[in-house]
Amino acid sequence: MHRVMGTETEYGIIAPGLLSANPTLLSSQVVNAYAATLREGLGNLAGTRWDYTDEAPLADARGWRLDRSAAHPTQLTDEAPVLTAEQIALERGEPADSAVLMNLVLNNGARLYVDHAHPEYSSPEVTNPHDAVLWDRAGDHVALTAMRRIASTPGFSPVHLYKNNTDNKSVSYGSHENYLVPRRVPFSQLAASLIPFFVSRQVLCGSGRVGIGALNQAPGYQISQRADFFENEIGLETTVRRPIINTRDEPHAVAEKYRRLHVIIGDANLNEVSNYLKLGTTALVLSLIEHGLAPLPELADPVRALQVISHDPTLTATVELADGRRLTGLNLQEIYFSAASRAADADPQTADVLRRWEGLLGTLRTDPSAAAGQVDWVAKLKVLQAYRDRDSLEWGDARLGLIDLQYADLRPDKGIYHRLARRGDVELLVGQAEVERAAVEPPRDTRAYFRGKCISTFPAQVVGASWDSIIFELPSQERLQRVQTREPLRGTAALTEQLFEQASDAEDFLARLLSGPEPSVAP
Amino acid sequence: MATQDHKNTGAQPEEQEDAQPEPLPAPAGAQESADTQGVDDLLDEIDGVLESNAEEFVRGFVQKGGQ
Repeated sequence: MHRVMGTETEYGIIAPGLLSANPTLLSSQVVNAYAATLREGLGNLAGTRWDYTDEAPLADARGWRLDRSAAHPTQLTDEAPVLTAEQIALERGEPADSAVLMNLVLNNGARLYVDHAHPEYSSPEVTNPHDAVLWDRAGDHVALTAMRRIASTPGFSPVHLYKNNTDNKSVSYGSHENYLVPRRVPFSQLAASLIPFFVSRQVLCGSGRVGIGALNQAPGYQISQRADFFENEIGLETTVRRPIINTRDEPHAVAEKYRRLHVIIGDANLNEVSNYLKLGTTALVLSLIEHGLAPLPELADPVRALQVISHDPTLTATVELADGRRLTGLNLQEIYFSAASRAADADPQTADVLRRWEGLLGTLRTDPSAAAGQVDWVAKLKVLQAYRDRDSLEWGDARLGLIDLQYADLRPDKGIYHRLARRGDVELLVGQAEVERAAVEPPRDTRAYFRGKCISTFPAQVVGASWDSIIFELPSQERLQRVQTREPLRGTAALTEQLFEQASDAEDFLARLLSGPEPSVAP
Repeated sequence: MATQDHKNTGAQPEEQEDAQPEPLPAPAGAQESADTQGVDDLLDEIDGVLESNAEEFVRGFVQKGGQ
């Protein structure tokens, strides 16, 4: 399995000692706290402006572009967010004109920034689900580092970050996945085969939620954090009228060759196996679609089916297909698993994803509670059920709501997932030392290597960056030098490591880059 | 639910299905009390870290919209 992919996590954020604090301001504190940590460790500023030149959030994969005037303000993600004077003034002890960073490009190739009212970590591009899990966990480590920095800064109220997707009142925030797909694959084919897959994959990778309905109208437990916030099958929006398939056509790469499939339906996972399978099985289904081998179990009402499956932790509820058959979420997943196992390449990671996918479907079919080591919604439900049994709690009890929330608390001492992990109750795929290294080192096999290394090697000269560009400011040049990185599989260590080692400074580096035998490491 | 508490903590849990078709049943009473003890320990541990005043804390966790 070899596919360019990445994750985005919007963290839930509060300052319990300052509940009225502006969330955009708190989010900027996270970004600035991490910047301060980097500055301290490396002796220089790793902060860079985001280069918005190639952002196109209103381009629709179905072939048109939404007019700016018709867009919801939150869809205009190609404009740099600006903190108002009032927001700045909320910050204690800071002069109103002090520079507040809203964006950082990290030396591991990731982006840490303020997205709407949440801090967001967008992982560097990787080529397989194992690495995706590793650099996603690196984001949690970055978030924890920032949290600790804020907590130890005099005058600042401690900030808590949660890797979840809802405040359980009316609001949801995302954890997105991105997959590079050849543009020649018709979008309608992608959508048709992915909808039943996305509707059902929550049985493997849902994170569990106490409460039913977008407004938490009814007590109960459901498999997915996100299911009740989806209203459409296909659409451009991500913040309103959310669609199962998001059509944002913003490839961040050579647009004639690639699409970036922007998946918005997933839950944020703490369990590494859940996360690994979420990414790994989706990548396998994309390969099936590209080869014309994907199953197409068309659902009669996909949005309804998404919610029916989510609302049934016994995994026995059925949903109706267009041909009148009724299947469970597990049945739907078995259809995709069978197709993938027939078609798959024999590489070790593909084999591992298939083996785990099959094993977990079997476990969930016979005894869902036995999957607590691998599946977030099962682990959370087990804890909740134990509390219900011990203390005779109804689903509406605030303590169960607190356990749901605190499962996702990123602090190792407070987070219930992290407590379970420390007890050995969940299966881990990556080690802590590996995670800490991934927080500061980019993956070696994508353009994220070039981005991360430029930032760590030439922090003073790199003044801006984005997924597909790095901007240098050189003393000898009046104009900024913009290096495009539009091929996600170039700019790798194999292509550029020597260049970084040989160059005496940024001037020399750019001269070698533009004139060397490999002039298009970043075409 | 409680009876499965510590079975899936190994590195490759799915393989248990293939490798151990019919595990010999442990003496029922001993197994059950060990599992109950595990759950009690876990709940005690979580009791110790839960934020105080659950109702207020949950009510205070209000987020602005996101993607």
